[in-house]
Amino acid sequence: MSCACKNPFNHDLATENTPMVNVQIDGEWVQVPKGMNIVAAAERFSKFIPHYCYHPKLSVVGNCRMCLVEMGTPKMDANRQPILAADGKPEIGWMPRPQIGCATQVSEGMGIRTNSPLVQECRKGVMEFLLINHPLDCPICDQAGECKLQEYSFEHGQSNSRFIEEKVTKPKNVDIGERIVLDDERCIMCSRCIRFSKEFAQDDVLGFTQRGSHTTLAVYPGKRLDNNYSLNTVDICPVGALTSKDFRFKMRVWFLKETKSICTGCSTGCNVLIGSRESEVHRLTPRENEEVNSLWMCDQGRLGFHEIHDENRLTTPLIHGVKSDWNTAITQLAHQLQGFKPEQIAIIASARMTNEELFLLSGLRKALGGESILCDIISRTGVADGILRSADLNPNTHGAQLLGIANSGKLEEIRSGVTKGSIQALLIFNETPGEAGISLESLKKTALVVNLGMRLNGLAHYNLPSSSFAEKRGTMINGKGRLQRLNRALSAPGQSRDDWEIIRDLKAAVGGGNGIHTVEEAFKAMANVVPAFKDLTIHKVGDLGIDLTLSNSLV
Amino acid sequence: MSCEVKVSKEFESKVDETITHYPVSKRSASLPLLHLWQEEFGYVSNQGVEWIAAKLDLQPINVYELVTFYPMFREQPAGKIQFRVCRTLSCALAGGYELFDHLKKNCKIEGDGHHGPAVSPEGKYSIEFVECLASCGTGPVLMVNDDFYEQVSNDKANELVKKYG
Amino acid sequence: MAIAETRLIFKHIDSPGYTNDIDCYLKNGGYSTLRKAITMKTAEIITEVKTSGLRGRGGAGFPTGVKWGFIDPTKNTKPVYLICNADESEPGTFKDRQIIHKDPHQLIEGMIISCFANNVKLAYLYIRGEFPEGAKILERACNEARAKNFLGKNILGTGYDLEIYIHRGAGAYICGEETGLIESLEGKRAYPRIKPPYFPAVLGLYMSPTIVNNVETLCNIIHVLQMGGANFAKLGKPNNTGTRVLCVSGDVVKPGYYEFEVGALTLGQLIYEVCGGIKNGKKLKAIIPGGSSAKVLKAGERYKIKQKQADGTMIDVDLALEDIPMDFDTMAAVGSMAGSGGVIVMDETRSMPECLANISEFYAHESCGQCTPCREGSLWMKKITTRIRDGKATVEDVGVLKNVADNIAGRTICAFGEACSWPVQSFVTKFKEEFETVAGNGAKK
Ligand SMILES: Cc1cc2nc3c(=O)[nH]c(=O)nc-3n(C[C@H](O)[C@H](O)[C@H](O)COP(=O)(O)O)c2cc1C
Ligand code: SF4
Ligand code: SF4
Ligand code: SF4
Ligand code: FES
Ligand code: FES
Repeated sequence: MSCACKNPFNHDLATENTPMVNVQIDGEWVQVPKGMNIVAAAERFSKFIPHYCYHPKLSVVGNCRMCLVEMGTPKMDANRQPILAADGKPEIGWMPRPQIGCATQVSEGMGIRTNSPLVQECRKGVMEFLLINHPLDCPICDQAGECKLQEYSFEHGQSNSRFIEEKVTKPKNVDIGERIVLDDERCIMCSRCIRFSKEFAQDDVLGFTQRGSHTTLAVYPGKRLDNNYSLNTVDICPVGALTSKDFRFKMRVWFLKETKSICTGCSTGCNVLIGSRESEVHRLTPRENEEVNSLWMCDQGRLGFHEIHDENRLTTPLIHGVKSDWNTAITQLAHQLQGFKPEQIAIIASARMTNEELFLLSGLRKALGGESILCDIISRTGVADGILRSADLNPNTHGAQLLGIANSGKLEEIRSGVTKGSIQALLIFNETPGEAGISLESLKKTALVVNLGMRLNGLAHYNLPSSSFAEKRGTMINGKGRLQRLNRALSAPGQSRDDWEIIRDLKAAVGGGNGIHTVEEAFKAMANVVPAFKDLTIHKVGDLGIDLTLSNSLV
Repeated sequence: MSCEVKVSKEFESKVDETITHYPVSKRSASLPLLHLWQEEFGYVSNQGVEWIAAKLDLQPINVYELVTFYPMFREQPAGKIQFRVCRTLSCALAGGYELFDHLKKNCKIEGDGHHGPAVSPEGKYSIEFVECLASCGTGPVLMVNDDFYEQVSNDKANELVKKYG
Repeated sequence: MAIAETRLIFKHIDSPGYTNDIDCYLKNGGYSTLRKAITMKTAEIITEVKTSGLRGRGGAGFPTGVKWGFIDPTKNTKPVYLICNADESEPGTFKDRQIIHKDPHQLIEGMIISCFANNVKLAYLYIRGEFPEGAKILERACNEARAKNFLGKNILGTGYDLEIYIHRGAGAYICGEETGLIESLEGKRAYPRIKPPYFPAVLGLYMSPTIVNNVETLCNIIHVLQMGGANFAKLGKPNNTGTRVLCVSGDVVKPGYYEFEVGALTLGQLIYEVCGGIKNGKKLKAIIPGGSSAKVLKAGERYKIKQKQADGTMIDVDLALEDIPMDFDTMAAVGSMAGSGGVIVMDETRSMPECLANISEFYAHESCGQCTPCREGSLWMKKITTRIRDGKATVEDVGVLKNVADNIAGRTICAFGEACSWPVQSFVTKFKEEFETVAGNGAKK
């Protein structure tokens, strides 16, 4: 298996035709792909070999020495044939010196001991070395709870310190980038961040200065760790040396609830964990998906969640700027809409909406008059960076196309219709008229303007508060045709509702109900009529998504 | 990063010639270029780092990593007359520490000079301890600038201060 | 002097009237071996080197012919590089400096022959930064050799091209470690590489097969070819062939460099006969026999070892310190190493904690800092030894010190880990009482 994103290395993945070899791990013979390193191979059998510098996606440097294991190769007889033990398995000649697991590749008949007394002693020794010059500021360290130093020292270290010398002092609180702060005293010099920046982010900006115990991670004076992937260094730093300014001191990680979802910042659809507590999202972190983003995400995507907590967020339904309630708003709006001819109505929807929302929207459109109602999305393009970010900044363009909501060229017609006054009712879903190129004057002339979304539109006659990506469940199709799932991490604030519910209710008020009570049912209804989703359910989409180009015919 | 520093034609041609010694990878010329820069300007400033990085298509951090790793490169000027006294065992057995202290006093240098030059107030002399200079049979040894001296007694040290001073 | 030196490598060094220019070298038969070598098949040269049993003089004593044999020209499509390791930085070692300053053409000729034998077209001579004079001498020697067509294009009409460049280090001991040297030569911090996979013979300079040899080793190549591998192997002892330049420093009457057949004399003969005994009529206390990384030997120690006889059988022998023959295998058998040939002698007045504190400071300063045990442990050991020396320590500290060393050796990226912990382990074990006494009182000055 190879990774869809351009990792410099994939030590944890074996290519399809890799032969298997027999290896003895802690006394048990198992089969592992030939040439895989011992750390990755052992992990396949739930043997966790502690490590700091090794990272499955970066070059191997073997500098932390935490992954030392005992290793042996089959004893050979005079004819260079393995000598077999009583159980018919090769007899192993153990090497007297421990070897690093991360740089040792498995071969036929190899023996590995991941937890022998010698191995335990090695780990204890390395842990002690790592801690002697480490500041004891866990109580104020953001990494606490996710710190591998803390974790391994608990499991593999010794309780009392024999170190009574003065510690080496190094720079603390170094501002090395727009989004990152460095504490050199906490750094264990594993060089993961340096390798990541150079090998993955293609920004060779970090380096070590000084030497020996005084080795110091640094940027060159005047240069900054500002690339769009910088925050991944915070994730891979095994200790609290690199911290995110955005997340710093805000929350203890163990209080966070983590919800599996996807980023909606562009059509790559990086898999994420939404870290939230009660009604607040505190961070997004990448979630492994080798078919999409591997272990990474871009900073823009990661920090995009802040609009959720915008203090001006729309949270109450408004009719002509006056607070209302959902029942009134939906009934009145439905009534008003029925007063327009289909040709007078237009829908501007968003490719940032889920498939379920878009599907229900197409139902609403049908109920209001079908094809004669102009309908389109607003496309957004940026620049693909050759790493993760796609040129298409909409996360669900494929879905919008598939469900008949994106109709190329129609936005232009809507715009002129509004300007000419031929369009009298304009429904805008999760977009702004400005972005659609519709002027304020023409909007003012429009008889009915409906705005559904998180932001208030001052000129809309109806403002319907809906949910952010973190507040909803549903599916999207990324740029490569992969169907992926969003999950709700928190509930929407105030009276805000799920988009699909609002659309469903509006549709019901206009043209009768459809018996859809959950988003799962919305998906099911969609799967019944859209061939690309045939036989699928939201459940089946799973945490890692489904490639629709393989399983179903995606147009 | 802009490199407005002006270097002489001769310097630049020496640099260009040196780079030809490394047909496989220009980066290999980093150390030689740092030596050339330090010989020319006395120490390696940030300007020097940036100039060399630009010359070799490297990031400044790539060069700065070297300046701080290799003890012979200085980020600040040393004295006009630099003493580098061997600190290591054989010389220490032969009186290397005493020689160091003697020279320090003689040149009125404060500061400890343990790896990294301590400079006399008027900037004329600097002294530092260095590790084994591969002449352990004739300790204590020292270098004055690029010149090497063996079996340096206090008297001989006084002469050297005079000779170079 | 009771025992005569066998000067092969140092034949001309310090002989009256001998200068380091090419004319003098040619007058003394220089470059005639190169002329002979280019008439030989490269495989023949490698066979001669294998037959000679020559072992590397850089410290590890690895057989040179075997090292060259790792490079398989039939399987290999990348260029092969050769690097001469002239970083000579192991405390107590001062032989390569002499060759470079006084007989540079011997080194250049040895290098050219070795390059020819391994089909090397581009070679580097990595010389430590603190030899500015040496670098100039070698530059000049290369230019002289180039002018005479021993170097450059179409060497002596053979069609063989070779360039050698002099590359200066900048004061880091770790550049002597061959993979650290390679990184340094690539323009990086001299971080030694992990082996596997980065064995120089496979993934060396620019990820191509690379031979790294010490200055003295490369000079020996000339003599191997001159006298033939089999004759060379008659010098010294089986598996410990040729001559060895021994560098003696510390508390002896006549410190200096001496060249002997390997194992031809004992440590006692070297110190008492060759070097005139301990200075000022004092008594011997300790000897570091192979550069400061080698484990210390204590006066009065006896060693029970197995010794190989001429007929191949092994016998048990009981050796006194003075009776140890100066060869690779015996030095290893007594628990130390012949290493780089640097012998440091300490007399009875020397404080062992003080000596060890000095050595530990060296290693703390020179650790590249790449891997955890050495980076953290080397400085920790320096801090403890310094406290012991100053009498600001306890008996427990001595135990901790030893244990810290135990946690480094065998667990690091490069052999610097052993280099820094062996002195500690051996000093502390062998002079335990002194360390424990001094810990609370300080070293007497
Ligand atoms: C810490 C360390 C320092 C070393 N320093 C030197 C040195 O200064 N000169 C040298 O020739 N070899 C040195 N070596 C040995 C080299 O790594 C390498 O084995 C040697 O250059 C090979 O040459 P040879 O086979 O001719 O001995 C050092 C090794 C270590 C581990
Ligand atoms: S900052 Fe973190 S990732 Fe970077 S070298 Fe230090 S410990 Fe490793
Ligand atoms: S690349 Fe796109 S999907 Fe991935 S994190 Fe960035 S914005 Fe989000
Ligand atoms: S053992 Fe020491 S010198 Fe060698 S790589 Fe590790 S830190 Fe560097
Ligand atoms: S994980 Fe293997 S040495 Fe760091
Ligand atoms: S100890 Fe001073 S030159 Fe070696």
